Amino acid sequence: MRLFADLVTQLGTSTKTNEKLGALSEYFSTANDKDKVWVIAIFSGRRPKRAVNSTQLWTWCNELAKLPDWLFEECYHAVGDLGETIALLLPEASNTDASNPLHYYLETLISIEKQDESVRKEFILRSWQTMTQAERFVFNKLITGNFRIGVSQSTMVNALARTSKLDASVIAHRISGNWDPVATAFSDLLSEHAVTTDDSKPYPFYLAYAIEDEVSTLGEPHEWQAEWKWDGIRGQIIKRNHQLFVWSRGEELMTEKFPEFHVLKNHLPNGVVLDGEIIPYRSTSGSPSGGRVEGPPLPFALLQTRIGRKNVTKKQLTEAPITFFAYDLLEYDGHDIRETLLVERRTLLENLVDKINHPALLLSPVISFSTWPELATTRQQSRNLGSEGIMLKRKDSIYQVGRKRGDWWKWKIDPLVIDAVMIYAQKGHGRRSNLYTDYTFAVKDGDKLVGFTKAYSGLTDKEFSQVDNFVKRNSLEKFGPVRTVKPELVFEIAFEGIAASNRHKSGVALRFPRINRWRKDKTVDEINTLDDLKKMLELYGK
Amino acid sequence: MALIEFTDRGLCCKAGGFYIDPWKGVDKAVITHAHSDHARWGSKYYLCHDQCKALLQMRLGQNNYHTVQWEEKISMNGVEVSLHPAGHMIGSSQIRIEFKGEVWVVSGDYKIEDDGLSGKFEPVRCDTFITESTFGLPIYNWKPQHEIFQNIKDWVCRNRELGKTSVFIAYSLGKAQRLLQCLPELNLPIYVHGAIWNAHQALTTSGIQLPDVRRIDYDTPKAAYINNIIIAPPGAEGSSWMKRFFPYAVGICSGWMQVRGTVRRRNADAGFALSDHADWKGLLQAVKETGARRVFVTHGYQAIFSRYLRETGIEAAEVKTEYGNEEEENSAPISQEQESDNAK
Repeated sequence: MRLFADLVTQLGTSTKTNEKLGALSEYFSTANDKDKVWVIAIFSGRRPKRAVNSTQLWTWCNELAKLPDWLFEECYHAVGDLGETIALLLPEASNTDASNPLHYYLETLISIEKQDESVRKEFILRSWQTMTQAERFVFNKLITGNFRIGVSQSTMVNALARTSKLDASVIAHRISGNWDPVATAFSDLLSEHAVTTDDSKPYPFYLAYAIEDEVSTLGEPHEWQAEWKWDGIRGQIIKRNHQLFVWSRGEELMTEKFPEFHVLKNHLPNGVVLDGEIIPYRSTSGSPSGGRVEGPPLPFALLQTRIGRKNVTKKQLTEAPITFFAYDLLEYDGHDIRETLLVERRTLLENLVDKINHPALLLSPVISFSTWPELATTRQQSRNLGSEGIMLKRKDSIYQVGRKRGDWWKWKIDPLVIDAVMIYAQKGHGRRSNLYTDYTFAVKDGDKLVGFTKAYSGLTDKEFSQVDNFVKRNSLEKFGPVRTVKPELVFEIAFEGIAASNRHKSGVALRFPRINRWRKDKTVDEINTLDDLKKMLELYGK
Repeated sequence: MALIEFTDRGLCCKAGGFYIDPWKGVDKAVITHAHSDHARWGSKYYLCHDQCKALLQMRLGQNNYHTVQWEEKISMNGVEVSLHPAGHMIGSSQIRIEFKGEVWVVSGDYKIEDDGLSGKFEPVRCDTFITESTFGLPIYNWKPQHEIFQNIKDWVCRNRELGKTSVFIAYSLGKAQRLLQCLPELNLPIYVHGAIWNAHQALTTSGIQLPDVRRIDYDTPKAAYINNIIIAPPGAEGSSWMKRFFPYAVGICSGWMQVRGTVRRRNADAGFALSDHADWKGLLQAVKETGARRVFVTHGYQAIFSRYLRETGIEAAEVKTEYGNEEEENSAPISQEQESDNAK
C-alpha cells in the first residue's frame, strides 16, 4: 500500500504529464503483478463495489477522533474531501510497519462485502491502525469511490506501453471491457488472448477536438463527411456470439439500463460493433422509418432521469424513450474494420441499418454540402434540430484511438448566454478546497432575484480567488456550507441547451452551464430577466 | 468596563491609555510582532520586544520605539504591562495586562513548539485570554519540526538527483529564517529573494545570528542556481522572476499545505506543513494552560473554535479584527491561505 500511496502523492503534486508518466512507469516496473492489475482497474474506472459507505466511515472515524458531529462537518467543508478529512482526523497509527499490499485491502473489501457490519468495521479500524496518513488517504478514497487524482486513462496506458513494449492503442483495447481484477493475472490482461475470448470487449473510442481555425482551412469540402453532433451518451452496441452489450464512453457496461436495445439482439448479425449516440428520442410516426431520423431528439435532461437509476421503471421508459443514432461501424462479420476508410465503413453501416429497419437503431444522417459557406448556413439550424453543431470527418480516415487531431473535428455552435448575478457560494473540492468556487446565479424577476443555475467552471484561478475574497467579505447568511452573498458580481453564463424543469424554482434547467466571463462592466440592474430565460425556453427548449 | 475593549481601531486598554496591535494610528501602541497586519504605521509611540524593533524599523521606518525584555514589567497609566514569548517569530510576544488584580493576555500570533529561534511559548495565567485561531480546526495537526526538516532536506536531495533547483516559497519574515535552521546542513549555496535579504540584514545587524545567504541579483549568473537552494516569498510564485531558476521544483512552506487541494491549487511540486501558528491541539493546550475562565477568539476559524470551547465549558466568544488580512489594502486579490499566512 505504501508504494501505491507514494504513487498517488506524486501524481497528485506533479503538474506535468511527463512526470506523471514517469511516476506511473516507475510504479509499473517495481510493483507486484497483483497490485498492478488493481492499479489498472482503478485508473480505468473499475473499482470494487462499496463494502462500506461514507456515513459508516465517518461514524467510525469520529468514534476514534472523539469530535462532535458539527466539527467533523466543518472539517469536511474545509478539506472538501471525505477520505482526506478522515485521514487527517484519525489518531496516529500504532504501527505503520505492518501495512499490506494494495490488492490485499481491495480483495478483503470484496470478500467482506456481504458480511456483518461488525466484521467490516473491524477490518477498517484494523487497517487504519497500521497505515500512515498517506496510506489512509488512498485507502479511504478506494472505499468511497470517486478516485480522481489527476491521471487520465491515456496517461496510464502510455505508462504501460512504456514498460510492456506494446503499442498504446493495443493496450487501450486490451484493458477495455469486462474483466475482473480479482481473477485476472497481469500477464493475461495484456495478452492477445484477452481480446479474443471476451465477447463484450469494446474498442477504445475515437474522440474529436474542437476546431479552432476556420473550417475552410480543412481543405476541399468533398474530402469531408459532415454529420450532426448529437447531445446524448456516446456508446457502442456490440453483438457477438448471440449476446448483446451496450457500452458507454466512460467504459461502463450499460446493457441493462437500456432495455430498448435488447431487441436488437434478434436483428443484428453476430460480430458487429456499432459506434454512435444513445439519444432520448420518440419516433413521430410510430412505424418503422427504414432506420432514418425523422425529427429532433428529446432534451438530454430526460435521459438524465434514467441514467444513475439502478432499475429503469416502466414510467421512465414511456416518458424518456431512447434510441441509438449510429454513425460508425467498427467490427463487421467478426472483423475489426477500424483500419478501413470511413466512406467504406459508412456504406457497410448504411446497408446494415437499412436491413434491420428497427426504431431502436437509426442512422445518424450525413449532411450534404458542396461548399464551406453552405455548410456554415446549415450549421445555423443546429439548435432547432436538437443538435450541438456539426462533426467533420475526413472521408478517408481510419478509426483511431483516443482524442486525436487531424481527421475528426467538432464544429459546435456558439453557446447560449445570459447575464446573471451570483447569489450563493459554496466551497469547492479537490484543488479548490477551502475556496468559494461553486456559485449559484440568479436572473431578475421584477424586484426579485430568482436562482436558476449553478456553475463551477470558467474562471481562472486568479478570478476564483478574487471572487472568493468577495464572498468572504460580503456574505449575508450562512446555511451549512452555503453562504448567501450580496448580489453584486455579474457573470455571463454560457450553456448548451435549455429545458423546462419542475425541479427548479425558475422552471428551467440548463445543459452544461459554465461561467463564460466576469462582466465587471455590468451592474446587477443590467442582468437578464426570468422572461428572457422563458423566451429562450420557448425558442430552444421544445 | 472591560480591561480591553474591541474598537474600530483595534484592541483598546482605556485604563492604560494604549492599544494592542491597532490597525489605525493611535497615541500608544503595544505591538505583539512585526508582521504587517499586527504592526501598522501611524502611531506616535510603539512598545515592543527588543528583538522586534529592528524589524519594525525596517517596515515602518523611524518612529518613537520603546523596547522591553520578556517578563519586564512596565506601568502604563497604572496598568501593569509585560511581554512574554509567543514562539511565532523572532521578537514575537504575548501581551499581559494587569489592573486591579485582573489579568488579561493577548496572544498575538503564537505556536507552541519551540522552533529554536523565536523563543519558547510561555503559558501565562490569566482571567481572560484573547487568542488567535488561524488553524482552529482539528485537521491541522502539525508534525514535529525535526520531521518536517528531514522531509525538506530529502526533497532537496531528490531534486538534485533530477537536476533541479529547489525553490522554497516562505514568508520573508519568520518562515524564511526558520528554513535557515535546517537548509545549511546540506552545505549548498542558499540564494534568497531581495525581500528575504532585507529581513536577513535587519536581523543580523541587530545582533541575531543567522546562517549566510546570498542575495539574488540581476547579475548573478544563472548557472549559480543550478541544483542549489532558493528561498522566495509567496509573491514570486508563478512570476516571470522565477524563470531564471529553470529547471526547478517549488516547495511551499505553510500550514495550509496540510490539505492536498491547497498544494495542488498553488501548483506546488511539494507542500510542507511548516507553520508558525499553533495547530488545533496547540490552541487547546494554550487555552487550558492559561487557566482563563473567559476566552475571546480572533482571526482564523473563530466561530468554530469559540463554539468548541463553549461546548467544553469555557466561556468563549468570537471577535472580528483586521488581523490575518495583511494585503487587504492592496487591490491584489488573495485567497484565504495567503490572507492569514502572509501575516506570519
